[in-house]
Amino acid sequence: MSEKVLMKGNEAIAEAAIRAGCRHYFGYPITPQTEVAAYMAKRMPKIGGCFLQAESEIAAINMVYGVASAGKRVMTSSSSPGISLKSEGLSYLAGSDLPAFVVNVQRGGPGLGGIQPSQSDYFQSTKGGGHGDYRMIVLAPASVQEMASLTIKGFDLADKYRMTAMILADGTMGQMMEPVELGDVEVKDYDKSWAVTGTKCARPHNIVNSLFLEPEELEKNNFARYERYKAVEENEVLFESYLMDDAEICVVAFGISARVSKNAINEARKQGIKVGMIRPITLWPFPKAPLLAAAGHCHTFLSVEMNMGQMIEDIELAIRCKRPVRLVNRVGGMIPSPEQVLLAIQDADKGGKAS
Amino acid sequence: MIVFQKPKSLCDVPLHYCPGCTHGIIHRLVAEAIDELGIEGETIGVAPVGCAVMAYNYFACDMVEAAHGRAPAVATGLKRADPSKIVFSYQGDGDLASIGTAETVHSATRNENITVIFVNNAIYGMTGGQMAPTTLPGQVTQTSPYGRDVNHCGYPVKISEMLSQLEGPEYIERVAVNNVKNIRNAKKAIKKAFQNQIDGKGFSLIEVISSCPTNWGLSPEKALQWLEENMIPYYPLGVYKDRSAEKEAAEA
Repeated sequence: MSEKVLMKGNEAIAEAAIRAGCRHYFGYPITPQTEVAAYMAKRMPKIGGCFLQAESEIAAINMVYGVASAGKRVMTSSSSPGISLKSEGLSYLAGSDLPAFVVNVQRGGPGLGGIQPSQSDYFQSTKGGGHGDYRMIVLAPASVQEMASLTIKGFDLADKYRMTAMILADGTMGQMMEPVELGDVEVKDYDKSWAVTGTKCARPHNIVNSLFLEPEELEKNNFARYERYKAVEENEVLFESYLMDDAEICVVAFGISARVSKNAINEARKQGIKVGMIRPITLWPFPKAPLLAAAGHCHTFLSVEMNMGQMIEDIELAIRCKRPVRLVNRVGGMIPSPEQVLLAIQDADKGGKAS
Repeated sequence: MIVFQKPKSLCDVPLHYCPGCTHGIIHRLVAEAIDELGIEGETIGVAPVGCAVMAYNYFACDMVEAAHGRAPAVATGLKRADPSKIVFSYQGDGDLASIGTAETVHSATRNENITVIFVNNAIYGMTGGQMAPTTLPGQVTQTSPYGRDVNHCGYPVKISEMLSQLEGPEYIERVAVNNVKNIRNAKKAIKKAFQNQIDGKGFSLIEVISSCPTNWGLSPEKALQWLEENMIPYYPLGVYKDRSAEKEAAEA
């Protein structure tokens, strides 16, 4: 039975993680994601789980590495500067093919930046962040409901592909309250015979490791990992298409930017402008195919994001630069207003008609 | 009659350590302790970054390779994932006392129920002999070519003394592997560190004073002599903290 409850985005993540079978949480305090830790601190001891406040973000991600090595579901959460610190661990998790779930409730940067919402860790999360060739599945919720459902999805995908799944939210998503429906979660069993659970002196020892000094072997590992990534790209792309059927202008936005954009699109439609939106739900894998298809009937793309233009590069690549992509942005903790997006849509409409 | 054999908990593979390096002895002592306690099938080891980086190939139990300095955090995760497992980390001085100091101190202060084997040979071996946090004052290394100048780069870190000031840890002892007597003591200490974990007593760290003939530029024999004459006076051997013993003494 599902019940509808009013929750903060951060709390929804925590509760969904517990329902997805996560019994280990490690974190270090940082605004604006502290509710995740607070929720876990309260709940975990009551359900036989483990909440542990680590001495640093670095320690937290390495505790995650330990639990993941043992084959159990585990998570950590943080905000931008903390994710930078965790990036070493994210690279090691990838190099050792361990499933993990990580939440980034972004704030403005670079450096200590601010504590207001931002989307400026797009590059960091979709292009690496840590060293080496690796990917993470990056999920971008645009509602409290999605904070919960994408958490559940994230745990499943992490296990399925033996990699890190990350929720890339922002301060708004973390802090805002909305009704959310939480049901029971069916946790699928995945083969974890690679995990270190003790040999019982009955099998050769398992080794969780990212060191391969023979270049041939390291190359082979990288190739094998990218075969898995290819499967993710083929099977796990998620996006929402909004009023795209007859659209001549395509807005691309995720998270809170997508919600703002939706208001602007509705207003523009009232004015007779044929505009729609493709909202990537997975930022990696990026919804390249629907964007390329949209380039067939849209004369202009608008990338609405809260950074200096990061996703815009992926849009340009996806549509192979066939159409102009304009950046509509605010940064530093500022959120674009529906009016700003509407003006950009109107401007694109005029430009499109002129050309 | 078999009078001497390889411990079951060591894999039958050649070790990569330099001739005369004492890592082999310390590996053996750890494996013997695991064998004698009959815990191999339930034990998970965590290897460091440094000379012992490939320890995961040498111990026959399940093994995890950690990032540089993070072994105590990884071990924390492993132990919390399944407290019935016996979890140990095996770390050198650069790993444990420099880049991983925070993880070391905080796993100790949490009295994390793990066993830490800390090999201190006063130098970075794997990278070719740079100054370590435990390099002695005046000691010449690749990055202290005129001898460690304490006015410029500070003093060696005395981990056993430092950790014994914390309330958290159960057991801290410093041993050495330069002669038979000390090796026997080291074995006793390492076994106790595992027994403590089995008994649920908490964090045990054994600091093992070790040699590095290659990077000290000495023959194996001369290196052991140098260890005795220079390391042991600076890093006195002995039990630095034994909470259970202290408690018993207080109650008696």
